[in-house]
Amino acid sequence: MDSLECLQIYWWLLIAVLGAALVFMLFVQGGQSMLLCKRNAPYRPLMIEILGHKWELTFTTLVVFGGAFFASFPLFYSTSFGGAYWLWMLILFSFILQAVSYEFRSKPGNLLGERTYDVFLFINGSVGCVLLGVAVGMMFFGGEFTVAKGNILDGSAPVISQWSSTHGLEAIFCWKNLIFGFAVLFLARTMALLYFVNCAHGKDEKKFASSQRGAVLVNGAIFVVLFLAFLFVLLTSQGVEAVDGSYCQVEYKYLDNFLSMWWVTMVFLLGVIAVLWGILSTVLSDKSRNGIWWAGIGAAAVVVSLFCVAGYNGTAYYPSLIDVNSSLTIHNSSSSLFTLRVMTWVSIVTPFVLGYIAYVWKKMR
Amino acid sequence: MEDLTGLVDWSRAQFALTAMFHWLFVPLTLGLSVIVAIMETIYYRTRSQKWLAITKFWMLLFAVNFAIGVATGIILEFEFGSNWSNYSWFVGDIFGAPLAIEGLLAFFLEATFGAVMFFGWKKVSPKFHLTATWLTAIGASISALWILVANAWMQYPVGMEFDPAQMRNVMDDFTAVALSPVAIHKFIHSVSSGWILAGVFVTGVSCWFLLKKRNRDMAIRSIKVGASVGLAGMLLTLWSGDSSAVDVARVQPMKLAAMEGLYNGSCGQELVGLALLNPDKTLQNDENPYLFDISIPKGLSLLATHSTDGFVPGINDLINGIEITPEGDTIHTTSYAERITMGKTAHEALRAYGEAQSAGDEAAMAVASQTLKDNYQYFGYGYLESPYDAVPPVGLTFYAFRLMVIIGGFLLLVIAVMAFAAMRRQNWLANKWLLWIGVISIPLVWVCSQAGWVTAEVGRQPWIIQDIMPVQAAISAVSTSTVMISFWAFAVVFTVFLAAEICIMLKQISRGSLTDYDSLSD
Repeated sequence: MDSLECLQIYWWLLIAVLGAALVFMLFVQGGQSMLLCKRNAPYRPLMIEILGHKWELTFTTLVVFGGAFFASFPLFYSTSFGGAYWLWMLILFSFILQAVSYEFRSKPGNLLGERTYDVFLFINGSVGCVLLGVAVGMMFFGGEFTVAKGNILDGSAPVISQWSSTHGLEAIFCWKNLIFGFAVLFLARTMALLYFVNCAHGKDEKKFASSQRGAVLVNGAIFVVLFLAFLFVLLTSQGVEAVDGSYCQVEYKYLDNFLSMWWVTMVFLLGVIAVLWGILSTVLSDKSRNGIWWAGIGAAAVVVSLFCVAGYNGTAYYPSLIDVNSSLTIHNSSSSLFTLRVMTWVSIVTPFVLGYIAYVWKKMR
Repeated sequence: MEDLTGLVDWSRAQFALTAMFHWLFVPLTLGLSVIVAIMETIYYRTRSQKWLAITKFWMLLFAVNFAIGVATGIILEFEFGSNWSNYSWFVGDIFGAPLAIEGLLAFFLEATFGAVMFFGWKKVSPKFHLTATWLTAIGASISALWILVANAWMQYPVGMEFDPAQMRNVMDDFTAVALSPVAIHKFIHSVSSGWILAGVFVTGVSCWFLLKKRNRDMAIRSIKVGASVGLAGMLLTLWSGDSSAVDVARVQPMKLAAMEGLYNGSCGQELVGLALLNPDKTLQNDENPYLFDISIPKGLSLLATHSTDGFVPGINDLINGIEITPEGDTIHTTSYAERITMGKTAHEALRAYGEAQSAGDEAAMAVASQTLKDNYQYFGYGYLESPYDAVPPVGLTFYAFRLMVIIGGFLLLVIAVMAFAAMRRQNWLANKWLLWIGVISIPLVWVCSQAGWVTAEVGRQPWIIQDIMPVQAAISAVSTSTVMISFWAFAVVFTVFLAAEICIMLKQISRGSLTDYDSLSD
């Protein structure tokens, strides 16, 4: 392996870790998706209080995830964002709604009323999660695009990445992507419930914790069913393999990747076990409050392994459904060796960043 | 692609809309974070409950503004991909890095310590809280630094080379990108303009309190801090504005010509202070560009070249490739017609390179590569049909620049008087007309701030990357109607949220959150 290939692998792993952090932090969205439930009406201020101290971290992780993707794999950024336009715009809109809602909802003179901002939070929590899942689902199930770099010289239509005329709407209505999207939503809801249980330990909050504990089983069960359905579809799907610059569809590509990369399978299985333990330990024991850490870290491990399955072992992580040769791999879509080196030096600060986030998180409990 | 012009115009409109909305909130965040941090520092040192109350009051307004700034910021990042996807590929290797660094180094700092700042009063020690407040302010400025590094690079592309095999630019010198003088001057100019804006905001709101005869002590203390920060910002802005003018003259002379409405330059060129542009003036006729003007002799030469006799080219000089040396000799530089020819030659060479690469003809690849290299500095001109296509909208650039300078001059006076009054002549602050000037300055400082960005961004048109890529080559392949729909959706959402923010702020201010202020210990 040359240095460029090493750095491409390293940066894909970093993207996977950022994606994992984002999925972990989606418990904020999961919590928002339950704000409007009648059952939660008495606890809404408490739920907002708990989630409101963390939303910026989720938001920031999303921004950094996008920025890191741009810097390390610009052809993906260019192709996906410019092509699946409506998918990304809807994700954006849902996150704009979130950013102002926490700050505005209870302030006098907020123009729209508290209820409207709670609806905004619900939209971000539910639609945002599903659409993010759809966007990631496309990394396995593909998109309708072509890439022709020579187009840059065509004065009348100088765009290198072209997409089908539906511009991402087709991805939103693809059932495979939707299964994954809803799996993400119910994972986020489950983690939110676990987080509520973790945070609600005051005398007055026992009833709240107990009601959230009860909901873990329902949401967790739906998540498990959806996740198993996704896994079945994934393992039986075709993937695109890139060998020496040529691309071809391969049956059971993702199953093969799991079998070929034993360490990825290990991480995946450990992650699944941790998620299940997080759910079950909370459901089965009234004293258990650490389910969020088991489930959160487990979910993060599963996300990292899914990214590895999508991008490693000669796999195209963004398969084109209409021109297999346009499929994106970590090799044909990355930044140059120089840029990846610079970014790698910058990435050294990541542990420091994680360190102060963890420190502040602990201080603010 | 159908209707390329319409698509480009709507994509530009959408980006301009987002950027202008974003810039309504960001400068207040940049400046108010510093002001609040200074106020909290005074509280920490004196343990005065009055200073604590003042800090919390301004922090509340900061929090309301901060959220919407964050919301509009993420859109800008994503729009580079969604609406300018070609750009994202063509220079993503260089442009993406500052954005990613910003996220890692600045956003997490802001988000993490911002939460402590807003919610941590009872959870952490005063020292830790103060540290968090300063780190939030520093994070905001680091964020601005990397965004402005990225923006400056678009206006002065350095530290890169074109890779014909990948049909994109790749970075070859990160230091040149990060420490470009244009970036440094832009950073100082933009951040210090944020200090001015926040200083004027704090001073104006405090003047309103004084007019209403409420919270007098709190208002005067706030003016002392706010106006001092504003004044410091003003001095930094003047210095960096001068440096930026020299940068523009050197790397974007067409922008400078448009800012001045200057068609035919000269040595010892005068600086137009105030003027009305002649609407009949076009690039092709000899009409006087101004209906009237008040100008400062040799002012533009001094500003742009730091010499009273320096030559400043006008639009026609640049198009025709004419320059006058310090010795007074006329020399010919590369005219825009020649640049277009060179740009098209570069395009042809790139096409030939691709064909030679497909055929495995290395000799032809080497020839094409060399031709491309020789002509690449004008690659973007290859997309233009006429030299006049490289001229930005003169009227908008000209008036926006004047607006910025005139209002900026007025605000310098206001903020200097307010700072002096608060510190040395508090009886001046009993004059209603002076207080009203303070209040009226609030909307004016936003107009000034927006005008600055309009000058910078409209003045560089048609380039998304100076000389390398015009906007029409940078877009995404979406339909015009698609962008129109998203434009109006953004416009509605932004307008509603802006109205909500203004209402919340007005409510917070008019409620007078400091009703028990006088009973607090000092």
